Amino acid sequence: MIHSLFLVNASGDIFLEKHWKSVVSRSVCDYFFEALERATEPENVPPVIPTPHHFLINVLRHRIYFVAVIQSEVPPLFVIEFLHRVVDTFQDYFGVCTEAAIKDNVVVVYELLEEMLDNGFPLATESNILKELIKPPTILRTVVNTITGSTNVGEQLPTGQLSVVPWRRTGVKYTNNEAYFDVVEEIDAIIDKSGSTITAEIQGVIDACVKLTGMPDLTLSFMNPRLLDDVSFHPCVRFKRWEAERILSFIPPDGNFRLLSYHVSSQNLVAIPVYVKHNISFREGSSQGRFELTLGPKQTMGKAVESVLVSSQLPRGVLNASLSPSQGTYTFDPVTKLLSWDVGKINPQKLPSLKGSVSLQTGASKPDENPTINIQFKIQQLAISGLKVNRLDMYGEKYKPFKGIKYMTKAGKFQVRT
Amino acid sequence: MTDSKYFTTTKKGEIFELKAELNSDKKEKKKEAVKKVIASMTVGKDVSALFPDVVNCMQTDNLELKKLVYLYLMNYAKSQPDMAIMAVNTFVKDCEDPNPLIRALAVRTMGCIRVDKITEYLCEPLRKCLKDEDPYVRKTAAVCVAKLHDINAQLVEDQGFLDTLKDLISDSNPMVVANAVAALSEIAESHPNSNLLDLNPQTINKLLTALNECTEWGQIFILDCLANYMPRDDRESQSICERVTPRLSHANSAVVLSAVKVLMKFMEMLPKDLDYYGTLLKKLAPPLVTLLSAEPELQYVALRNINLIVQKRPEILKHEMKVFFVKYNDPIYVKLEKLDIMIRLASQANIAQVLAELKEYATEVDVDFVRKAVRAIGRCAIKVEQSAERCVSTLLDLIQTKVNYVVQEAIVVIKDIFRKYPNKYESVIATLCENLDSLDEPEARAAMIWIVGEYAERIDNADELLESFLEGFHDESTQVQLQLLTAIVKLFLKKPTETQELVQQVLSLATQDSDNPDLRDRGYIYWRLLSTDPVAAKEVVLAEKPLISEETDLIEPTLLEELICHIGTLASVYHKPPSAFVEGSRGVQHKRIPARAGSGESAESSDVGQSGPSEAPPAVIPSQGDLLGDLLNLDLAPPTATVPSVQPSMQMGAMDLLGGGLDSLMGDDSDTLGGDIGGSPSMGAGLGAAPAAMPASLGAAPAVGGGLGDLFDLGGGVGMPTGSYVAPKTVWLLAMKGKGLEISGTFARRGGIIQMDLTLTNKAMSVMTDFAIQFNRNSFGLAPAGPLQVLTPLSPNQTIDVSLPLSTSGPVMKMEPLNNLQVAVKNNIDVFYFSCQYPLSLLFVEDGKMDRQVFLATWKDIPNENEAHFQIKDIHLNSDVASNKLQGSNIFTIAKRTVEGQDMLYQSVKLTNGIWVLAEMRIQTGNPNYTLSIRCRAPEVCQFVYLCYELVLKN
Repeated sequence: MIHSLFLVNASGDIFLEKHWKSVVSRSVCDYFFEALERATEPENVPPVIPTPHHFLINVLRHRIYFVAVIQSEVPPLFVIEFLHRVVDTFQDYFGVCTEAAIKDNVVVVYELLEEMLDNGFPLATESNILKELIKPPTILRTVVNTITGSTNVGEQLPTGQLSVVPWRRTGVKYTNNEAYFDVVEEIDAIIDKSGSTITAEIQGVIDACVKLTGMPDLTLSFMNPRLLDDVSFHPCVRFKRWEAERILSFIPPDGNFRLLSYHVSSQNLVAIPVYVKHNISFREGSSQGRFELTLGPKQTMGKAVESVLVSSQLPRGVLNASLSPSQGTYTFDPVTKLLSWDVGKINPQKLPSLKGSVSLQTGASKPDENPTINIQFKIQQLAISGLKVNRLDMYGEKYKPFKGIKYMTKAGKFQVRT
Repeated sequence: MTDSKYFTTTKKGEIFELKAELNSDKKEKKKEAVKKVIASMTVGKDVSALFPDVVNCMQTDNLELKKLVYLYLMNYAKSQPDMAIMAVNTFVKDCEDPNPLIRALAVRTMGCIRVDKITEYLCEPLRKCLKDEDPYVRKTAAVCVAKLHDINAQLVEDQGFLDTLKDLISDSNPMVVANAVAALSEIAESHPNSNLLDLNPQTINKLLTALNECTEWGQIFILDCLANYMPRDDRESQSICERVTPRLSHANSAVVLSAVKVLMKFMEMLPKDLDYYGTLLKKLAPPLVTLLSAEPELQYVALRNINLIVQKRPEILKHEMKVFFVKYNDPIYVKLEKLDIMIRLASQANIAQVLAELKEYATEVDVDFVRKAVRAIGRCAIKVEQSAERCVSTLLDLIQTKVNYVVQEAIVVIKDIFRKYPNKYESVIATLCENLDSLDEPEARAAMIWIVGEYAERIDNADELLESFLEGFHDESTQVQLQLLTAIVKLFLKKPTETQELVQQVLSLATQDSDNPDLRDRGYIYWRLLSTDPVAAKEVVLAEKPLISEETDLIEPTLLEELICHIGTLASVYHKPPSAFVEGSRGVQHKRIPARAGSGESAESSDVGQSGPSEAPPAVIPSQGDLLGDLLNLDLAPPTATVPSVQPSMQMGAMDLLGGGLDSLMGDDSDTLGGDIGGSPSMGAGLGAAPAAMPASLGAAPAVGGGLGDLFDLGGGVGMPTGSYVAPKTVWLLAMKGKGLEISGTFARRGGIIQMDLTLTNKAMSVMTDFAIQFNRNSFGLAPAGPLQVLTPLSPNQTIDVSLPLSTSGPVMKMEPLNNLQVAVKNNIDVFYFSCQYPLSLLFVEDGKMDRQVFLATWKDIPNENEAHFQIKDIHLNSDVASNKLQGSNIFTIAKRTVEGQDMLYQSVKLTNGIWVLAEMRIQTGNPNYTLSIRCRAPEVCQFVYLCYELVLKN
């Protein structure tokens, strides 16, 4: 199981170590640093690194490498999932997961890590159980603790730990009972030169924020559940009911959680909301190249495309770019060769464009590679797959909760090849 | 007010200051001090000097302080074992605390203190906690057993903790079950043979129930444990699959992958025609695709596993090609894996798309990735024949880009395409030659030189090209030097007149001026060959090369099977068996995919191997080289013109020598040599004896049995022609080895005539004609009784069934194993060799019923040591049915006696060469296991007769 954990910051210093079995010398991280050195980009470090006596499994989050050390055969996904859970917990407790935040709360971090793993076996990873065992630091509590001498460690066994619904604590009370659900869909797509779609798929999630008193039992039904044939549920969802009736039935955890994530991949279902017209050309022997981009809305079901951001990694030979946008602002970093254009909202009557010339190093040959254009955007009030919630009902409690559903579509990895 | 203040005490007497604070009377000050100590510890500072002072703070009712002290203890107890003893009392006391949280905390921390002295005190509290009323304490205690085992395994066994742990698998709380399983699995890893996780249908049921209710981590442990179970039959297998399938929708990817492992393993047992099998296949695709939309590191592990799954069951993801298309900002390790899987999934249906993608990748920035993409295009050409032309033209386009590394990579793969499709794309050679000067990598240079040498007759200035390389011969890498040597020799053999000087130059460079032994030896070999016999040299150097296979980097099937059983583990990430690289798992048991119901290989057959009389180690299947060597002296004249059976054995040996020698020259296994020589003396003995005298000569020969293992390896291949039962045909010659000719077949005895039933399939692109067949000498003189009746030419993709009558009057030579038959089949393309094994019942003649008196006399006459005993298991037939069944295969029952509810059948069998085999079979009513005693003057046949019994009775 998981032996030890090292946290390494962006400059390559180990700033925290935790051992669940015997102490493993931090020199084991030298193998990680070697791999880090070899990698061209920080995110290119291989996730699993073998060393003579151990294996190092790492994830990079918030510019911190979480390096787990294992000694025997352990499923790597298990370790990676656990590391993700550690990151989430830190974020949950401290608001951000940065080196400063971790150092500021190092004792809580240590207590948390100790509570999350025992001898390398996960012990308590559910946020609500952890919060009962170790209270998250707040300014008020720190002050109170200093004055009264009370502690921020729970004295009682968390109630949810062994119940049938380990994700929910008992005795939850709210004055305003509310349940909000956000349906968020991200489109991953690759569009080729000519504008036709090579692949397109939708990664959707339903994130919930449920603040309901007692032990509510919710059901959520969809207008078109058939869209959802590839889904992953939060453990609270009753799988049998879904299989039989296509209804989500669950006792929700308290607070924020991801109810469901789904995947829509059949291509005819995926509408592409924006199109790009591009003309990027370099002539042999000339030090100037033409650069033209125009964006336009495509299948948006009448909704506006907002927060559009275009970025492109221009070829290494490009020295500078002199362009003029019809709206928004653009920047070009001559060191990283990254061009980014903050477009804002697309007005279908007046399409945004970015035109001008790029200069190449004199005498350099025509670049071999074609830049890929990355696009980010948001569309409010629309789930591009067409998924719609039919109704939400609550059983088991008497009061009437306030309910809300929000839809949003975003670009995920949306790439246009030129 | 943050914890960073704990780091700020950097004055001189830091430790001293902390010591004072720790011993302070004020609780609050104490706690702050301990926090400072912990803070120093987290950054790796040594604060072990404070041990006694910190331990003094342990006696407190403040839980936070207690936890902090425990944290400290775990880190430093090992360095201060004597001091650690001080803490024991508090632990023991805490284990009795009314608060379950404290009890659990105490037992948990105690287990983490890796000091021998403490472990002794741990036993009693641990025993109590394992039976605690609170499940939270029990589940913590379960893990503690694993910790203790890690420190002192003997102690854990002596104290009986393992049994208690096993009992916890039946605990009422699913979390306790999951932790018990996890602890047992970890302990079992260091005890590979201990059978700790004794899985039976009852425990499996409990695990499946707990699976639904426990945490995600518990589900992983339980699923991994389930994967080790061997279901009894396909129905149990199906019911487990049904209960595991919902886990595929779990949000935790590790749960999903463990569930995939269980399903991939167990579906192996399901009959393929079952509806559920198809449903399951469909259900497996979406979760795998979903894993690819996760974070890159999860994707990487998922992709490594998908790579295995795609090799095992390509049908699962065959429609999902697009999810493997590369995004330009994927990390490089994800890109390379995706590319690999794309090639594995490439087929005629999607090749156009794949090629367009690959071409796109070849213009990316990352050099490693571009190279691999170019290589991938070549692999597609080799894999999907229809696309070869497009691939070649794509590669030519890429060569036109003149990007140095792209050109080099393209030339390396074009060489492989030439190997696969000889004489098809030579028109591109001119383009390749234009780029000769830009090649600076050894692999590309070697590939180019190979192409020039191979097609020297079509390149007008081949000699100039090669000569230009020769100038810097000594600066080249070995790879290039060897290739250059071979290429020039090829050139010389093709155009001897103009290139004599060149070849002499390269031979002298290789043999006299080089200190590389490989190069020198190869140079000498060529030199001798050229000087002694140019014709032979031509045959050797310009020999037709075997075609390269479609996919070169497939994982070897047995390893693949093992890896499928380890999906989701490190082994699956590295594609190596777990025993190969993980410490502490020495002697890991090799996991095996269960056999499909109704397949020929049954569990009993492996038992038989042990109960058989011979103790000889299992023999290896005769290697290809071995076979080649023996068959080289076979002439393919019609069967009537067989060589007289008495032939000086010396000559045969000599020919074998040559055969072996040739093989090694051509770079094949050179082991053949020894094997052949070893084989010839016994062969000579066999040859000298006429068929009638066979028994005697057999008896004199050293006992056979080395080859017994082979029989079992055949799986469904061992057939048995009974009255009704003929074994299904098995593939004897793969199309790959037969240049497109595939042969499968079986043997049958019909109405006293031995027949070899063959199915010939033409998988090549050209018509096949002029078929002929010939056998090598064999133990019972089997030979074709007529020519192979393939009258019409076999056109591509056509299949024909032929029945070949066999006689037993052919030349005799004892084979290893006894029933091995080496066959040569000729057609207009080439001569192909393969070996197969026939069931001995083929040779049981119809007049094998012995007179009772003679039987009795013969039985007594055969010495006792010639008697062999066997067990035939799981036969549910009464003696009469069994006897009838056997009679269908010419095993005759002469007499039957019943003694104390036990039927004794006395039976006789006569072989075609006159050997009599006598048998006594005991059948006890109600016992499905028969006892068989066989007596024969040639004891080596007993084993094979027994196998016939088993086959007849079981079919």
